[in-house]
Amino acid sequence: MAANREELPNKIAIDMTPMIDVVFQLITFFMLTLKTVVNEGDFDIRMPLGMRAGPPPEDPIPPVRVRMTAGPAGERTSMTMNGQQVGDFDDLRRRIIDLVGTGPGSNADKTEVELDCDPNLRYENVIRAVTAVSGQVQPDGTIVELIKKIKFAPPKKK
Amino acid sequence: MARKRSGGPSQTDIDMTPMIDVTFQLITFFVFTLNFSEAVTDDRIQLPMSQLAKPAEGPAANPITLQLMTSGKVIYAGEPVSLSEIGGYLENEKRVMIAASKEPSSATVILRADGRSTTGDVQELIKACQEKGFEKFVLRAEYDESK
Repeated sequence: MAANREELPNKIAIDMTPMIDVVFQLITFFMLTLKTVVNEGDFDIRMPLGMRAGPPPEDPIPPVRVRMTAGPAGERTSMTMNGQQVGDFDDLRRRIIDLVGTGPGSNADKTEVELDCDPNLRYENVIRAVTAVSGQVQPDGTIVELIKKIKFAPPKKK
Repeated sequence: MARKRSGGPSQTDIDMTPMIDVTFQLITFFVFTLNFSEAVTDDRIQLPMSQLAKPAEGPAANPITLQLMTSGKVIYAGEPVSLSEIGGYLENEKRVMIAASKEPSSATVILRADGRSTTGDVQELIKACQEKGFEKFVLRAEYDESK
């Protein structure tokens, strides 16, 4: 019986090389496919083509017209809301809150904003205006939602 | 001089254990940070910043991503296309959708426009999409963490 057991060396050396090769291949694969999480978000805009035949819109509140003009380099030179001069985007947000109110009974769902911009205006101004009318970030980080229905005025000729 | 080197063993065994431990930790890290999201991004676009740009809750239905560069060219499927030619590509998209018995109006056009591009170009791009029957648009912005 004892003869069946052959004399084995005390220590068997495992060759680690192939395993480490594979492991490094795996690391390389995962490193190359690594993508940093995209911190991006969306704003919905409503742009149906032309006027549809059908019942007239139920909202009797006329759209809020935000007009932005641009200088030769595309910078914003003036901004008006329903014809009234607005200083900056915080001012615009205050006026929107004054107009529609917040909390229950707010008219934010029924109100629509129409953005009327000069063609050479830098696009980031549009996003800042959209941000200003669509919500407010409270100091504690919560978001008060304002107007969600946003559309562009028909484009002007350059 | 020669005496100094004679003392060591003929073969030095390197202990591989710590190295393999670290390597597996690295693998685990990369596995967990792996995301197979199909979000289309491009380094040529510098999105405008917004504090309200919350990530979308789910993938948009039938998304078509159009990226507008400062130069006025649109990146469509990785290739820069001029605004006047984008209509033909959108026509293809429309045909593909109709062939799959989907309405073009159910598609979501994701506009990743550079913050430095002009509003006129953005509106022209929207108009080109509208002419092909696309109606749902989202403007994409980068989340601004600074207050």
